[in-house]
Amino acid sequence: MKVTIDGIEIDVPKGTTILQAARMIGHEVAPPTMCYYSSLKTSGGYCRTCIVKVTQGSTANPTPMPKPVASCRTEVMDGMVVENTINKDVLEARKGVVEFLLMNHPLDCPVCDQAGECSLQDLGYEHGAATTRYEFPRREFERIDIGKYVQLHMNRCIMCFRCVKVAEQLTDNRVHGVMHRGDAAEISTYIENVIENDMSGNVIDVCPVGALTDKTFRFKSRVWFTKPVDATCDCKKCSGKVRLWMKGEEVLRVTARKDQWGEAEEFICNTCRFEKKKVSDWKIEGPSQIHRSSVISQNHYNHLNELKVQVMKQQKALGFIPINKRP
Amino acid sequence: MGRKLLIHNDHVPNIHTLEVYRAHGGYASVEKALKTMQPDQVTDEVKKSGLRGRGGAGFPTGMKWSFLAKPEGVPRYLVCNADESEPGTFKDRYLMEKIPHALIEGMITSSFALGAKQSYIYIRGEYFYVARIVEAAIAEAYAAGLLGKNILGTDFSHDCSVQVGGGAYICGEETALLESLEGKRGNPRIKPPFPAVAGLWGCPTVVNNVETIAAVVPIVNMGGEEYAKIGVGKSTGTKLISASGHINKPGVYEIELGITVEDFIYSDEYCGGIRNGKKLKAVVAGGSSVPILPTELILKTAKGEPRLMTYESLSDGGFATGTMLGSGGFIAMDEDTSIVKNLFTFSRFYHHESCGQCSPCREGTGWMEKILKKFLDGTANESDVDLLWDIQSKIEGKTICPLGEAAAWPVAAAIRHFKHEFIEIAQKKKFVDISHYDRLNKIRA
Repeated sequence: MKVTIDGIEIDVPKGTTILQAARMIGHEVAPPTMCYYSSLKTSGGYCRTCIVKVTQGSTANPTPMPKPVASCRTEVMDGMVVENTINKDVLEARKGVVEFLLMNHPLDCPVCDQAGECSLQDLGYEHGAATTRYEFPRREFERIDIGKYVQLHMNRCIMCFRCVKVAEQLTDNRVHGVMHRGDAAEISTYIENVIENDMSGNVIDVCPVGALTDKTFRFKSRVWFTKPVDATCDCKKCSGKVRLWMKGEEVLRVTARKDQWGEAEEFICNTCRFEKKKVSDWKIEGPSQIHRSSVISQNHYNHLNELKVQVMKQQKALGFIPINKRP
Repeated sequence: MGRKLLIHNDHVPNIHTLEVYRAHGGYASVEKALKTMQPDQVTDEVKKSGLRGRGGAGFPTGMKWSFLAKPEGVPRYLVCNADESEPGTFKDRYLMEKIPHALIEGMITSSFALGAKQSYIYIRGEYFYVARIVEAAIAEAYAAGLLGKNILGTDFSHDCSVQVGGGAYICGEETALLESLEGKRGNPRIKPPFPAVAGLWGCPTVVNNVETIAAVVPIVNMGGEEYAKIGVGKSTGTKLISASGHINKPGVYEIELGITVEDFIYSDEYCGGIRNGKKLKAVVAGGSSVPILPTELILKTAKGEPRLMTYESLSDGGFATGTMLGSGGFIAMDEDTSIVKNLFTFSRFYHHESCGQCSPCREGTGWMEKILKKFLDGTANESDVDLLWDIQSKIEGKTICPLGEAAAWPVAAAIRHFKHEFIEIAQKKKFVDISHYDRLNKIRA
């Protein structure tokens, strides 16, 4: 199936979503995502940051779709034409979504463990306005401890439902979901039940903001002062493929390995995540290849620049003009 | 007098009982359909009738039925949407309360057409007493062999049951209704797939409004073509209108689609004019979510033609100068009404009912309510009007389900047609009388 996104045509198999197709083309045209997570089924569609305009439905039925669609949940049709970064309405609508997401967010980045690897920070930086028009008190919740290792700071939550999907799909006994509705909705373990499940720690990795944080890592270091190192161990519960975040010889935290879109490649178990904090617990593979344009990767690894040159070459061959060089 | 097809017998004592209902010609459509017709023929009659969904969207019912996927070995379901929660709409309650068998008859005939062996009537939680009436009627129908195995001695077997909701507006959205019916949190699903392909428990499902299903009865009885003769153009048949507000005779009226709005408001047969001899100021024609229109635009279209009670005429001129028939919740407001206060009431409702799934609606509805509260408190300034306009434009069309639009449209329309009222309040030339809320708060406290 052929689909054109921002003027770049790409051939994709049936069943591909617009978002996946855009990601195949590259960072330049891929819409930002807050709630979609490739390894979680039925995730996506909630945050509305990835909305795009479909200007031609398909070759068979060329009428444009009347409303912007969530690219993460819309499958491509043959001959579909999609506009993302070249459509003013889409960018304006996305700005609106960012404003809505930031409205009740406490903006406590200076003391937030997620700072530096926060999707909302990146999104706000790229699409948000510098000031807020919201003049009312922000929503406030008490902090809740979910078990020994995880803390829920609901003030920062943007209701992406990723952690709910983890609870549904990775853990056998669901004690975690959403209570209340509308802007009073909150992530909760039912009557503050603790989650005692070996995969529950993954809610930290899927959280796009600092709402779910690792209590073993809280306030130990800013993430950009730690060095990511890929390591493995023999684990019976999970693949054992993890990323260690080190400061000197010390392992400050353990997370799943994330791909270039910031999404975990394989989920890991709580033993690996929380209890193996010594270098001797792990077999080190080497420095992590971080593709993400986060502060962590800035000037750390040379291969990034090489990769960028390669991508640009490919795009040039396809006739793609970067956003900042468009007329 | 206009023709009545749905509530013509509502004055008959004990019409809610099976005995009286049958004595007045009830269940004739079941006899006719099950004994003399094929399922597809019933669907054809509904298509010919031009019946359009009475729940609000006005989608042709026959077409909706023909979209129903019919894979072998997979059950199909008919679900009746009786979660009537739109402020200003109370027609389904009237119908179910007065003539519950009309709904059950429609359910049997429609299920026969769709090949559904099981159907559900999803009634909103606040209508618990209505649910009891409908349940009693279903029990009567079972006892008389109109439900259950081999209805009226034919091969067709059908079960119908009532499910009471928890009392959430969002469960009137068809996919949220299905989620709720499955026992989950009533959050709308992301479409596609549509319920016609994967609805209740992943099976093909048709969700129809109470009035739509009840209208199948006269269509089968009189034939689709005959039904289509009533009305104007693509708006055929009769429609129940819930009339409320500052009129002399509020209530549920069955009208032939195509009468003029002026007639409906001022004739003695229907609303009987504005109460206390006041002048009409504005009308919300189809339930709180449709755009409000000032008198000059509701009585006549922008082109100067008289506006009719039809889907097309009411939406003439788009949202710039038109509105929608919606669910038929007709709210008339007299000259003393504060549009801003009315809008605050609507916005508060949508804020309260937002499910919280997608960001624009979850955050935006509350924001709009808070800004409107500033107008009530007299602390708003002129830039707040522009801000309101901007917020509604960022909600509309960006959400999973139509609740976002339902919240955005009234705000947009009020600013479009009554901007001067907002400005006057912002400039402190006028104030909104909120003593009503103070009294309410005292009662609640």
